Amino acid sequence: MITKRIIPCLDVRAGQVVKGRQFENIRDVASPVDLARRYSAEGADELVFYDITASAEGRKLFTDVLRETAAQVFIPLTVGGGIESLDDFERVLACGADKVSVNSGAVKNPELIGQAARRYGSQCVVLSCDVKRVGDGFHVFVKGGREDTGMDAIQWMRRGEALGAGELVVNSIDTDGVKQGFDLALLRLVTEAVNIPVIASGGAGSAQHFVDLFRQIPGVDAGLAASVFHYGELSIPGLKRTLADAGINVRMAYESGQPEV
Amino acid sequence: MIAIVDYGVGNLFSLLCSLKAMGAPAEVTGDASRIAAAERLILPGVGAFGDARDKLRRTGLDDVVMREARAGKPLLGICLGMQMLLDEGLEFGTHKGLGLIPGRVVPMQGAVPAGLKIPQIGWNALQMDNPPHRMFHHIMQGAHMYFVHSYYAANCPDVTATCEYGIPIAAAVARDNVWGCQFHPEKSGAAGLMVLRAFCEEDI
Repeated sequence: MITKRIIPCLDVRAGQVVKGRQFENIRDVASPVDLARRYSAEGADELVFYDITASAEGRKLFTDVLRETAAQVFIPLTVGGGIESLDDFERVLACGADKVSVNSGAVKNPELIGQAARRYGSQCVVLSCDVKRVGDGFHVFVKGGREDTGMDAIQWMRRGEALGAGELVVNSIDTDGVKQGFDLALLRLVTEAVNIPVIASGGAGSAQHFVDLFRQIPGVDAGLAASVFHYGELSIPGLKRTLADAGINVRMAYESGQPEV
Repeated sequence: MIAIVDYGVGNLFSLLCSLKAMGAPAEVTGDASRIAAAERLILPGVGAFGDARDKLRRTGLDDVVMREARAGKPLLGICLGMQMLLDEGLEFGTHKGLGLIPGRVVPMQGAVPAGLKIPQIGWNALQMDNPPHRMFHHIMQGAHMYFVHSYYAANCPDVTATCEYGIPIAAAVARDNVWGCQFHPEKSGAAGLMVLRAFCEEDI
């Protein structure tokens, strides 16, 4: 049976990996190519590269990093950040991305989802949503979590699925960086509303948080996190061992093609 | 030299890099004479069966690939490239495949139990034939591979491994010099690279 996926996220600015707390106080961490290689060797199931620079020079540095990573790392690579057009899709796919994640660009122009799905296939189009509690509901936020669009998050994700998105990344702004666990209430609503794979993001602080995520919300396919991996608070092999011991189906790093003697 | 057949679908950068990582000299080419001169061929593919099949036909490379494969040249089809090795595909209409391996490519919708997401996206464990086919020389029973697909090979007598997705799904096929894998070896970490290595090294 298909495994639950563990996905480290690398936020890249000016060619370096960064991680902030609730999107603020960003600081540098490490070389993205080195980190990607290490995570892949340790058994990461996929990697997300998020381009948080907007400048043209930043873009060039980012695509260089992506190309170099894709030449050395042989697991699926998803790229997001500043994707607003089919040209943006083309630019990152040409550098070795397998999937492209759209966020604000899709809020501005929802048709982008359908256009990209028709050209590259739904499997290539990941809809990423930054979501925050507002009143009794959940709203979609843009601009790095600073601006409330007023859109209902669940409705927006259903619409994204109908338009052709192949996967959903659900990033809870309320739990992001707090390390007190994933936003299970939000994720429960999302997995009841859509039939495409759901990737949970925001709030991972311990291996137990991933166990809780996959046990309590079986419809979640993957857990995404950044700083707990970057700062070594959680190792991917250790996390996977904990998940396997909890009876959750995961792919272990040790099986990764060791030749039989 | 290994020729990755370029007929205008998908991004072949990762596949080329993965072969280079295995130390295998490889090139991406749509040139019939380069394909005829290569020692081994890889037929990649993403997207829809009919669309990709049309492109392969329009470039005239389907004849070259079929001729070379029938003459005994090792050929590896990947994902949709594997599906096109079969007799026919039922994605958006019925389309004739290359007919190098018997079988037809049918939708998972309706075949797998309701409630399972389609496409299958993610890592699934291989259940290999016993003894395992040579393509799995370097990997262990139960190794996980990365799958992305909505259709699968049915009525195929040449399946060498399955993965379980409610029902057993053909994960790899082989008939003599023609091999195919539904999963993406170039995206399946070290285990995937070992399948490519077997294709590059084995006396097929």
